[in-house]
Amino acid sequence: MDYLTGSGAVHAVDGVSLTLRRGEILGLAGESGSGKSTLANAVARLLRPPAVVTAGSVTYHRADGSATDLLRMGKQELRRFRWKELAVVFQSAMNSLNPVTTVGSQVDDVLRAHDRSMSTVERRDRAVELLRRVGISADRAKSYPHELSGGMRQRAAIAIALALNPEIIIMDEPTTALDVVVQRDILREIKALREEYGFAVVFITHDLSLLLSMADRIAVMYAGQLVEHGAARDVHDHPRHPYTLGLLRSFPKLRGPREELLGIPGTPPDLRDLPPGCPFHPRCRFAVDACSAEQPELTEVHSGQWAACLAHGPSYGPVPVELSAGGSR
Amino acid sequence: MRYLLRRLGFYLITAWAAITINFLIPRLMPGDPVDLMVARMNGQIDPDAIAAMKRAFGLTGGSLWSQYWTYLGNLAHGELGRSITMYPTEVSSVIGGALPWTLGLVGIATIISYVIGTGLGVVAAWRRGTWLDSILPATTFLQAVPYFWVALALVMVFGVTLSWLPVSGAYSLDVEPGFTGDFLGSMAYHAILPAITIVVASIADRVMGMRNVMVTTLGEDYVTMAEAKGLTSRRVMWAYAARNAILPNITSFTLSLGFVVGGSVLTEIVFSYPGIGSVLLKAVENEDFPLMQGIFLIISLAVLAANFLADLCYVALDPRTRQEA
Repeated sequence: MDYLTGSGAVHAVDGVSLTLRRGEILGLAGESGSGKSTLANAVARLLRPPAVVTAGSVTYHRADGSATDLLRMGKQELRRFRWKELAVVFQSAMNSLNPVTTVGSQVDDVLRAHDRSMSTVERRDRAVELLRRVGISADRAKSYPHELSGGMRQRAAIAIALALNPEIIIMDEPTTALDVVVQRDILREIKALREEYGFAVVFITHDLSLLLSMADRIAVMYAGQLVEHGAARDVHDHPRHPYTLGLLRSFPKLRGPREELLGIPGTPPDLRDLPPGCPFHPRCRFAVDACSAEQPELTEVHSGQWAACLAHGPSYGPVPVELSAGGSR
Repeated sequence: MRYLLRRLGFYLITAWAAITINFLIPRLMPGDPVDLMVARMNGQIDPDAIAAMKRAFGLTGGSLWSQYWTYLGNLAHGELGRSITMYPTEVSSVIGGALPWTLGLVGIATIISYVIGTGLGVVAAWRRGTWLDSILPATTFLQAVPYFWVALALVMVFGVTLSWLPVSGAYSLDVEPGFTGDFLGSMAYHAILPAITIVVASIADRVMGMRNVMVTTLGEDYVTMAEAKGLTSRRVMWAYAARNAILPNITSFTLSLGFVVGGSVLTEIVFSYPGIGSVLLKAVENEDFPLMQGIFLIISLAVLAANFLADLCYVALDPRTRQEA
């Protein structure tokens, strides 16, 4: 995925390959500007110029076994696919709901666009039912977005996402704008709804610790590239990439032994001018000379856990204890 | 509802202020219309005639305060005094005769300009990066050209050279005024050129205003979400993007509706159109104070009414204004 700028194309997301299994929650973490949202928007085909997908594919396997590439879908096919199979919940529900129409009518129009056989009354009943399912009372269907609180708006956005019973819901930082208490309620709600409806979730956040309680698997992005992915437990207990380690150690733990807050020194790199070799090496505690020369490949370090770091390669020598199964938490 | 009532109260006070200023300004100037007339006739009028004229024009003297009350009383009965240029016709009937023409021509042209301009703006923003981007410089160019020049050029090409369209007047003299098909047809036929002039002169504002707001609106999350919902492009474009983008434009539209009443002076002159613009010009040329005063009063009241209309539209279109702030 490139952003075309005045000074040439910027590779916002480069060489990322991910698999989302049916019904699972995949967490996508990374700093601001690491390409998480660009990736998600590219998958949903919502990128706007100057962003373009230069190469790649998004293969969707239907329940009946057939597979389609989203990036090659025609306009009509894409329109039918959208929301029916893949819905999106945006970061700020304040901005993702149309301010001039009621919440109910925003559920209604998606039903009307996809299912012409439903009557007005059926659609209204469905909207009320959906809103009630996420904890919004029926009379609120006639409310405008500005009449709802932040948490309610995000619930409404989730209700709209559920309208057509999609297979996948992409949640782009759905709780970032909310306070912690509301945030926890919404996360619980999402998990409960997932149990009930069985959709898969791509959960995007910069808050890695939040993913640990949510996700089945976690993928960590840095500078538009995938640096580590694996089962949530594994990534949490034994991060294999220094960046993941830094992210985990940048939040104080409430329980367990005290440990040093490490954080990550420096700032994310300018995507127009990536450092040679591993893009993370200027900020990495474990960097050696080879890191500035050689770009690490994503390799399977542990069963099902992949990391792109030379420390796990043959040229590095002994793996730093923090990045091995013996270290960290 | 309370919001509207509050606005209404505000407009009533503003209207009162406008009326009062309208009353004061001519009286703050030295002399009065009769003195002017007398001066023009080199003072060869006997005092009785002057007194009679002063009575006829409602210049009865007395304190400013009592004049003010008389003025308000007359206004309540719709009496605006008598025109000097067209003596003894009443100002109200002079305005009444010109206003329908202006409202018809300038009003309809303003609405056409708004509808077409807004539509073009929406589409130009939606398909930006295509050939539609060239609409903007084209319409801006047309607006940059002085509009009376556009009017003259239109008269030259379509009226004189091609003789397709009439070049002056509001209707042919050979049809009987009245609500007949012939008369209405003749009216529409005569309105084409002046209307085109007004549309051409004002459309760039509309296109540009709408396009710019629309481009910003298209970047909003709710538009992206509408697209992700799999709604048809038409629905995303109109019900989500344009529906929100139009709100700031409503104000400028209703305000321009208010100024419709003032007529389009140069257009009306070029096409010898019998609207308020021509009357206003005549009044200014002849120092016809009662007539000017009447026209200015009508204009200020129309602008206020248009403002109120804008508020009404806002309340209807934007649910956020319905809440008490």
